[in-house]
Amino acid sequence: MWGYLLRRILQGVFVLWLITVAVFALFFLVPNNVARTLAGRQATPKTIAIVEHRLGLDQPAWKQYLTFLNNAIHGNLGYDYYHQVPVTHVIGQAFPITLSLALGAAVIWMVLGVFSGVLSAVHPRSVADRSVTGFALFFYSMPSFLLGIMMIYLLYYRLTLAGITWFPAGDYVPFSQDPKSWAQHMILPWFTLALLLAATYTRLTRSSMLDVLGEDYIRTARAKGLKERRVIYRHALRSALTPVVTQFGIDIGQLIGGVVVVETVFSLPGLGKTAVDAINQQDLPVIIGVVLIAAAAVVIANIVVDFAYAALDPRVRLA
Amino acid sequence: MSVRTGSRASQTHAQSTAEVPPAVVGRSVWALAWRRLRRDRMAMISLGVIVLIILLAIGAPLVAAVTGHPPNQQYRTAGLSPEGLPMPPSSKFWLGTDDLGRDILVRIAYGARISLLVGVVATGITVVTGAVVGLISGFFGGWIDSVLARLIDVILSLPFILLAIALVSITGPSLTVTILVIGFFSWAAVARIVRGQVFSIREREYIQAARVIGVRPWRIMFVEILPNVMAPVIVYASLLVPVVIVTQATLSYLGLGLAPPTADWGGMLSDAQGYYTTSWWFIIFPGLALVITTLAFNLFGDSVRDAFDPRAEQLVESWGE
Repeated sequence: MWGYLLRRILQGVFVLWLITVAVFALFFLVPNNVARTLAGRQATPKTIAIVEHRLGLDQPAWKQYLTFLNNAIHGNLGYDYYHQVPVTHVIGQAFPITLSLALGAAVIWMVLGVFSGVLSAVHPRSVADRSVTGFALFFYSMPSFLLGIMMIYLLYYRLTLAGITWFPAGDYVPFSQDPKSWAQHMILPWFTLALLLAATYTRLTRSSMLDVLGEDYIRTARAKGLKERRVIYRHALRSALTPVVTQFGIDIGQLIGGVVVVETVFSLPGLGKTAVDAINQQDLPVIIGVVLIAAAAVVIANIVVDFAYAALDPRVRLA
Repeated sequence: MSVRTGSRASQTHAQSTAEVPPAVVGRSVWALAWRRLRRDRMAMISLGVIVLIILLAIGAPLVAAVTGHPPNQQYRTAGLSPEGLPMPPSSKFWLGTDDLGRDILVRIAYGARISLLVGVVATGITVVTGAVVGLISGFFGGWIDSVLARLIDVILSLPFILLAIALVSITGPSLTVTILVIGFFSWAAVARIVRGQVFSIREREYIQAARVIGVRPWRIMFVEILPNVMAPVIVYASLLVPVVIVTQATLSYLGLGLAPPTADWGGMLSDAQGYYTTSWWFIIFPGLALVITTLAFNLFGDSVRDAFDPRAEQLVESWGE
């Protein structure tokens, strides 16, 4: 098992390295005008050259790459081009916001998704099943930005007009500063993200529960007189959750790397929005930093999922 | 960005022609699937909606002719209020106007062309690339398979939206770039499905028989194996179309869609976001067009999946936030 873990970690590092090469190559494929922007409109070529030299942009691309790689190995991801702030600091600022968003939404979507899925599977083809499935498909078909805009329109704008100011439309208040205000500001982003993802979990839980409920051991459990609630939640749900846990790991991994659209709609300065801004400004060190974090989150989540899978399902062996 | 479809769509080899009693007609997987699909009321309704949207897209110039409003024509006096705001729906502008005084109905019709075009072409590229890579990887095995499988893993662990934004910001937004970017990040999921299927098929007797009588490898791959892995690929493709449409709209919303005057739903919604306090129609109608389209495709895709594998009550994965 340790050998397996080591191999997976090495593969992950290899993927991350490939990504740095790809982002660097992409960046240097087109002429960038970072130095020109920084030096200002009136700058002479000489000033621009000085700025380029200060940022190291006058070096050949491969040399810049080696410098980056060497620093990265020592835990330094460089400095952003515009404010000379360490990239690790920029990421450190944005990360708690993305984490608040992803984890808060995760709680909501797991509860919504799993319970609606169970409800659906226990009474297949009932009215409850049909409405749950319908809702799930509706939210599944909804683009995230559209749902976000709708949330702002209905729950912020219309309610505020009606004199009910429960939901602010965006902005971030740190948890340490005011936990209540933090939660209040996050409610709309949480539900936007959660409703979109819950739809997947409803469908996943439903189909997995339907499979499990047809198994012999469920009939045995019922035959020996267990309460239906116990059969469903203790016996069936437990093994039906395996694919749900897998999916959860994959989704969390992706979200922790930045929730680009929801962060943009609600102007939350998390990793996703930071990356989009950096891309628009051609701020290479920040772009690489965030993309690396995002890819690392996916890689780590995949490894964790494999181990969780082996722990949940004794038939799975890691080798 | 990927769709997860039923992993058990494995009845691909069920094609057995009964010869003895003449009353029994041999039906292919395709004929059976089509029969089931035709009986599925939801499938036929959603197919009807899809056909209507296709007609709307094809008939976009007709819509423009009937209303008398070209898609990019700005009506600065009739189409904007004295304060310069969009005009609500009226007999002149059936679905109202946008922030530049353009007819929203006409722009929705033209936007349908973009959504459908990207949805179909990007899905096509994804499926063909994925199927070919998956076939090669699964059929040849060995080091070719190792390299391709690793490549598939790498593509699947990339942060899709971020890299898509980076790519588009470098090349500049255009229809071709959007299609290629979506295709580039999506083929790996198809390749993985096909590869798995090929692994199980290539050891079958009829493939060995083909080898023994000296059929060339590429012929075995495309003539003997490919038709038998098509069912899961078709199912995947039908569920990928709505995902691609949403992705295209999302890229447009983020400002990476098409150059400004072109009408497309994501871009319209991005423009509309600044006007939600004054002009609900500006956001509601393009939003409805987008949701109805993806909903219809999703419903139809679900039915296609059930038609190919009636047992599989399966799941669809989210499209990368």
